[in-house]
Amino acid sequence: MIRFTGVHKWFKDLHVLNDINLHVAKGEVVVVCGPSGSGKSTLIRTVNQLEPINQGQLVVDGMDLSDPKTDINKLRAEIGFVFQQFNLYPHLSVMKNITLAPVKIRGTAQKEATEQAMALLERVGLAHKHDAYPSQLSGGQQQRVAIARALAMRPKIMLFDEPTSALDPEMIGEVLAVMKDLAQSGMTMVVVTHEMGFAREVSHRITFMDHGVILEEAQPEEFFKNPRHDRAKQFLKQLLSPMH
Amino acid sequence: MGEFLNFQVIADNFVYFMIGRFPHGPLGGLGLTIYLAVVSCILSFFGGLILGILSIVKNPVIRYPVVLFINTVRGMPLLMVIFWMYFLMPALMGKTVPESRTVIAGLTLFTSAYMSQIVRAGIEGIPKGQTEAGISTGLKHWQVMLYIVLPQGLRNMIPSFVNQFVSLIKDTSLAFIVGVSELTHVATQINNRTMAYPTEIFIFIAFVYFVLCYAFTSLSRWLERRLAWRKAI
Repeated sequence: MIRFTGVHKWFKDLHVLNDINLHVAKGEVVVVCGPSGSGKSTLIRTVNQLEPINQGQLVVDGMDLSDPKTDINKLRAEIGFVFQQFNLYPHLSVMKNITLAPVKIRGTAQKEATEQAMALLERVGLAHKHDAYPSQLSGGQQQRVAIARALAMRPKIMLFDEPTSALDPEMIGEVLAVMKDLAQSGMTMVVVTHEMGFAREVSHRITFMDHGVILEEAQPEEFFKNPRHDRAKQFLKQLLSPMH
Repeated sequence: MGEFLNFQVIADNFVYFMIGRFPHGPLGGLGLTIYLAVVSCILSFFGGLILGILSIVKNPVIRYPVVLFINTVRGMPLLMVIFWMYFLMPALMGKTVPESRTVIAGLTLFTSAYMSQIVRAGIEGIPKGQTEAGISTGLKHWQVMLYIVLPQGLRNMIPSFVNQFVSLIKDTSLAFIVGVSELTHVATQINNRTMAYPTEIFIFIAFVYFVLCYAFTSLSRWLERRLAWRKAI
């Protein structure tokens, strides 16, 4: 579904992605973790070309992103993206936030789009908030709406860029529950997160990055029990017991 | 009022102040001032919107000429722009053009250039995450602009728009210089005819300009409140 082959990216002199080789199969849930500045957000943002790559090959859903003939808007419509800062449209109601893209891009009738949006809101537990504006919602609720908005395009892939990092601790659970439900429904997902509980329980594979390099790729159990790389050991130690 | 200020001259010429020789002749006075302001205001809103958007497009072939044009106009006195239109438009179009139209063209050109910078700042003030959210659902750039960025940006631009339009209302008085019989022109006519009451006449038109601008400012505050949505965190 997603295949990185020798991908490089630079921000001026900074080598943010260094020879990335990664394959995500259909239905797979891959967690990307690593210290801040390791390039994990950049990695996920290249998949729908919010960040273009400089070298190598990236094929998503059979489309080659370096091919100028690839219709990037069409590809983006097939990929849901959930941001750390939610990025809901503040001037639109929850309902309009969700129906905007299906109506404008897929040409779905407003009535049908509204029905689908209600079903999605029910799925994320927010059907009663369809009339609300984003600022009237808590962070956790906003993020669940953002997930519903991404799902409204019926994407083949869902990308999550630190979806719980901007949330108060008591709201993290509600968002992770929605993501877990989504993973169990067979969605192909790439999740950048520090939520190791989610990684252990839900993901099929964990990718550990540092300084733009993928240092380790492993099954969750293996990654937590026997991280091979020193940097990963140190990272896990800090993350699981931050007081030491 | 007595001997010092005699506002009888205002009462005697009130209709002329308000509408000029209308309906027996062309519209003048306050009526023409409002007409010039409203038409120029509407035209320069769209002019500013178009120039503002074009001044931030990626394609340099479009952007550079637009930015050059904006900076040129912003570097000229309005009076000169009005003169230019007054002499240029008939020459360019090969026929006589009513003075009021050349004034509208001058005001529109000038105000559009300023408006474009308000539009640019308003667009650039919307967080990048909004655009990213839009394009990541597959919306094209123009759709993101139309449905996501502009509706939010325009609301933020209202106070600056109002400033610009209040200036525009007052700037219509420059039409006086090319003989368009708007409020200031009418006032000088009456002043020349009656000779004795310049203070009264110019206090009166200052008051009229003030009321006009104040009414417009109040209207826009009402509009701002109506368009308000609760700000996101």
